[in-house]
Amino acid sequence: MNIDAFWIIFTGSLVAICCSLLGCFLILRRMAMVGDAISHAVLPGIVLAFLFSGSREVWTMLIGAAALGVACTFLIEFFHKKAGVQADASIGVTFTWLFALGIILISVYAGKVDLDQDCVLYGEIAYVPLDLWFTESGRNLGPRTVWIIGGVLLILVLFISFFYKQLYLTSFDSAFAAAIGISTTLWYYLLMSAVSLTTVAAFESVGAILVVALMVGPPATAYLLTDDLKKMLLLSSGLGIIASAAGFYLALWLNGSVAGAISAVIGVQFTLAFVFSPSHGIIARNRKGLAAPRMAEATVEPVL
Amino acid sequence: MNTLWEFLSMSDANVRFVTIGSILLAASSAVVGCFTVLRKRALVGDAVAHAVLPGVCLAFLFTGEKNPLLLLLGSFVTGWLSLVLIDVIRANSRIKEDTAIGLVLSVFFGIGILFLTSIQHSGNENQSGLDKFLFGSAAALVGQDLITFGAVALLLLLSVLLLYKEFKLLSFDPAYARTIGLPVKGLELLLTTLTVLAVVVGIQSVGVVLMSAMLITPAAAARFWTDRLGVMVLLAAAMSSLCGAAGAFVSFTAPAMPTGPWIVMLLSLLAIFSFVLAPKKGILARYLLQRRIRRQMTRENILKTLFHLGEATGEYGHSYSKQQILERRQKPLLQMKNSLHTLRRKGLIKKSREGWALTEAGKKEAQRVVRLHRLWELYLTEYLHVASDHVHEDAETIEHVLTPELEKRLEELLHYPTADPHHTQIPQQP
Amino acid sequence: MIQHVKDPVLEVHDLTVSYQRKPVLWDVDLTLPSQALVGIIGPNGAGKSTLIKAIMGLLPLNSGFVELFGKSLEEVRKRVSYVPQRESVDWDFPASALDVAMMGTYGQLGLFRRPGAREKKLAMEALEKVGMQDFAQRQISQLSGGQQQRVFLARALAQDADLYLMDEPFAGVDIATETAIIQLLRQMREAGKTVVVVHHDLQSAQDYFDWVILLNMRLIASGPTDETLTPALLEKTYGGRLTELSRVSELLHKKNFPIRETKPTRK
Repeated sequence: MNIDAFWIIFTGSLVAICCSLLGCFLILRRMAMVGDAISHAVLPGIVLAFLFSGSREVWTMLIGAAALGVACTFLIEFFHKKAGVQADASIGVTFTWLFALGIILISVYAGKVDLDQDCVLYGEIAYVPLDLWFTESGRNLGPRTVWIIGGVLLILVLFISFFYKQLYLTSFDSAFAAAIGISTTLWYYLLMSAVSLTTVAAFESVGAILVVALMVGPPATAYLLTDDLKKMLLLSSGLGIIASAAGFYLALWLNGSVAGAISAVIGVQFTLAFVFSPSHGIIARNRKGLAAPRMAEATVEPVL
Repeated sequence: MNTLWEFLSMSDANVRFVTIGSILLAASSAVVGCFTVLRKRALVGDAVAHAVLPGVCLAFLFTGEKNPLLLLLGSFVTGWLSLVLIDVIRANSRIKEDTAIGLVLSVFFGIGILFLTSIQHSGNENQSGLDKFLFGSAAALVGQDLITFGAVALLLLLSVLLLYKEFKLLSFDPAYARTIGLPVKGLELLLTTLTVLAVVVGIQSVGVVLMSAMLITPAAAARFWTDRLGVMVLLAAAMSSLCGAAGAFVSFTAPAMPTGPWIVMLLSLLAIFSFVLAPKKGILARYLLQRRIRRQMTRENILKTLFHLGEATGEYGHSYSKQQILERRQKPLLQMKNSLHTLRRKGLIKKSREGWALTEAGKKEAQRVVRLHRLWELYLTEYLHVASDHVHEDAETIEHVLTPELEKRLEELLHYPTADPHHTQIPQQP
Repeated sequence: MIQHVKDPVLEVHDLTVSYQRKPVLWDVDLTLPSQALVGIIGPNGAGKSTLIKAIMGLLPLNSGFVELFGKSLEEVRKRVSYVPQRESVDWDFPASALDVAMMGTYGQLGLFRRPGAREKKLAMEALEKVGMQDFAQRQISQLSGGQQQRVFLARALAQDADLYLMDEPFAGVDIATETAIIQLLRQMREAGKTVVVVHHDLQSAQDYFDWVILLNMRLIASGPTDETLTPALLEKTYGGRLTELSRVSELLHKKNFPIRETKPTRK
């Protein structure tokens, strides 16, 4: 394994851990699609941050762009609660609007913004090793992206380990949490801020869609394998790392996008867990006779 | 300006085709989208849209050419497959629907991107233009493609027209639809197929990523203007067509611009405009209604206060200063000055040097409000057993909302009372 | 028939609460004695759950206020425990019975402290009291409905409060569990606690409770069981709604009227 491959897989793994940790809470709160919305909605923030700050002040840019993700959740709530737009339609309208705004900004300022439309969707993780960070004395510190995502990961780990009980309780039983004086709104918006920050940090390397794949996929797979939230957090991080490494080599083999390949591996992981999981897989369920009646229903009742 | 004129005149046959095509595509996805949104399946459409990409790429990989029919077939297959998978996951595991949608959406799209980039790197010259599926380009709709996709769009519109009443019932109350013998499963299947088709043709103009906006946004916007499904469908189609045509214009004047985002941007602005400004349901309309109610309450409260002041002396025509009126009230009066003037304009009060006094008409109106207040207080004590010292605050609001019909009903229930729980007299109807 | 007590554990003063701009509870005034088992009884949609949610500050009030032990909820939160309806949570959540019971200790822990050995011991004791100690490590979705309800009770017990508000603790549980739960509630009463229970079975209400609140959009009665569970009062509770009240609710909703002119203030 050469050094470039190492950096790409390493970056992918860092992103995967960040996304998986938050994704576990998102899917347990049934907010996977809000995560999807945020991942699209931060785009105009990123473009504007690029325009105004240059790429020097990394953290101001990150936080500025992440604010837009939180604004997106505000807007979704606002359209739903104040204007009375149906909940799912409110998500759909808000994120497509903000994403469209982002793409238009990119096209209008094509010369000034170092982003292109395709990169927005699936990132340029292959270029990570090219953007190195040097100290003033000229020492090579490795790729810049790695430092940024590493920083975000550190923040997330601290956030989740310090406030695990609040996140846990508000996700499981928000009424009880409110009754013992834990503000559900506060923790909701803190979680959404964390999701936004992660999305922004991960955007450049893996793009909007892979962020979603990593936020939903590994946690969903882990959810089928364990009944303990702590194990679920660890397991989904591990699954994300495996997907990053396997995805890299799959992309190499097919000469395609690394981000796309990682998503494909995530799909395979989920399928395996879905079928073979000893506790919640189809085979195990069938043996227990649980799935039989529900399966019949499934084939005749389409979602749409 | 010239470009706009050139575009609008449609003298160029190419422009004409592209515009008509865009309108058809936009309208058909908006019409189908109305049913999707009303059945609360808006985000499932998002999943289908993303799932179309691997189908397009696979069709190209197998045939090596961009035959519109084959691409359509490929995307149709993977679009359908994504729906089936969402259902299978949801029904056979403890994974919830939102997670299933997010998972299928991102994995399918990821696979699509893997194929697409792989094709792009393969050096096949035919491939250029496949990436148009990401963000759409109306201008790329020419010749054979246009005819194929236009025909599908027409087919969609026709099916909805023919089965309108069935779909309406299905969206509103599927259980009832089943009891009256409609083939609900078949209709659901058909509606699903139509949605997938709408997505497949719609991505030509807006692309995979923003396709869900074409289904959701016009429907959400139209819902604010009407409560009737027929009107809603027509409105959604009209808004969407307008934006579709605008997209064609963008595509025509600035080929480097991505068409999809512009169409979606226009549609979103239309939707936000509707959320805010639509009559009755819009945020502004509801705010104005609230304000009107508050003002009406203030006016009635002023009349009431003047009446109370008069009650003490039996002199209802006496004038009182603003200060005196305010002192009599426990709670402040909002916008008092404006309300006084409105009341005078309506001839309910008159102004003299000493202040404000009730006119004869004003006294009648004041009596009505006081009467309702006291009736409601009595009702609360008699029927709800609320303590008499707690009924006042409740009656302060309810007095403003009671209708003459309810007034009559309360009188009957309370046997035409003459005194309220505080033993003050209830003014009789003049 | 609304009886008031001196030095009440709970005082609800002129409380009006609405859902989606429609009042569902009108002008409720009541006080509850300490060391009692209290049942809230009324037909579906009478506002029983709404009442205890409003007491716990989970719903905005249109008018009135609530006092617990003579103080506001914020001041005495640690002395009050709430048991939500069993269906209100996702039992597929990755948590064990012990994890759920441990949540009862979170309120005491403050912002940063994590539950440790002491909290685990408290939770285990609570599980023992409801007879669930052998299921401590069991994933909550693998428990029966009755067992899930017991775990919820264990969580409340771990809180070690003085006043308990329980939303339908007997819904969907088997007879054995129901008997066990009522035994437990009686022990709690003997230990000086007050337990308020939303209940919908009239038959058992007579045996279970010392004090009964009859509710149907408005308060019909609140008092000792023998005096409140009378045919006349039950007839009033279950004999349909007051049409005028429903009509006015509808009007307020339709005309977008404020439920009250001003925001509620505490005294």
